Amino acid sequence: MHMSDGLINAPTSLIFGGVAVIGMAVAMVGARRDLDDRTAPMAGLVAAFVFATQMLNFPILPGVSGHLLGGALAAILAGPYVGALCVGIVLVVQALVFADGGLTALGANITNMAIIGTAAGYLVAVALRSVATRSKTGLAAVAFLAAFLNTVIASLGFVLEFAIGGDAAFSLGGVTATMVGLHALIGIGEGIITALTVTAVAAARPDLVHLLRGTEKPLEIRSAA
Amino acid sequence: MSTPTTKKTGLFFVAFALVALVFAGVFSYFADSDPDGLDSATLKGCEVVETDAGEELTGDCIAKNAKDHDLADGPLADYAVGGDDRFTGVAGVLGVVGTLVVAGGLFWVLRRRPAKQADSRDE
Repeated sequence: MHMSDGLINAPTSLIFGGVAVIGMAVAMVGARRDLDDRTAPMAGLVAAFVFATQMLNFPILPGVSGHLLGGALAAILAGPYVGALCVGIVLVVQALVFADGGLTALGANITNMAIIGTAAGYLVAVALRSVATRSKTGLAAVAFLAAFLNTVIASLGFVLEFAIGGDAAFSLGGVTATMVGLHALIGIGEGIITALTVTAVAAARPDLVHLLRGTEKPLEIRSAA
Repeated sequence: MSTPTTKKTGLFFVAFALVALVFAGVFSYFADSDPDGLDSATLKGCEVVETDAGEELTGDCIAKNAKDHDLADGPLADYAVGGDDRFTGVAGVLGVVGTLVVAGGLFWVLRRRPAKQADSRDE
């Protein structure tokens, strides 16, 4: 879902560049409370895993592919703030090193995939937390749904940016229908990958799944913050 | 002072890293090279024609406004090495390691640390 430069105009790119900077700054502040000697390396690995999995485009229709965005996955495993940073770092690395996603479009891409997608996925997962903590099937179902909605809602981020600063010669309704339709299909793939990954981590190390914390939390001595 | 718990955690981290490396280094060769959802949406109305100068778009679509990437000549651009996509796996492995270093480094710096007085104490 990485947009190239030129699809939205310069002022809009600038606005969403600002949104991305503020969002990532807020995430850095919020991430601190979820990071310690054990969860910090885990979070680094989650980012690396999101990078790797984003390379694996899967077919959704003849001639159309999709790939994981990873916001829900990262938020379920590492928390919402750390999760947003994971996806944001992946997008920066992709834009700067792999020429994937434009440089002026980086703010919009971070807004869509790292901020909107991660927030949507996390809110769904938290709302259904009691289901997720009940059983393995419950966790898989919640992970699937959170990831599915993460993808669809992130695609609406592009629609918003295109509505503000895109080429007005193209019908917004048409763009919206195509984006949402295709990303509903991609969201199924995102849901499956997320459910498999989260249940695999939960089977091995439930204490490293942020969403399940508090249910099987090991003893921890915390200084008054 | 490697307790069974920290050893187990270390093993888990190694396994997780290996999965990411295999995905990026091996499975990436089997990825679908068709345009993704957003690219397909912005290509709607155009035909992609192969020319000597590369791909060109005919027709009317949003993607006609797209500019080439400013760093398209970078050594790892498009997940290839020097433009050779036989090395996609190498580019992927470098990306995984790079992401791990950048993200892991940032998270390590940001992490909560025990209160100052406890610093000298053994855990």
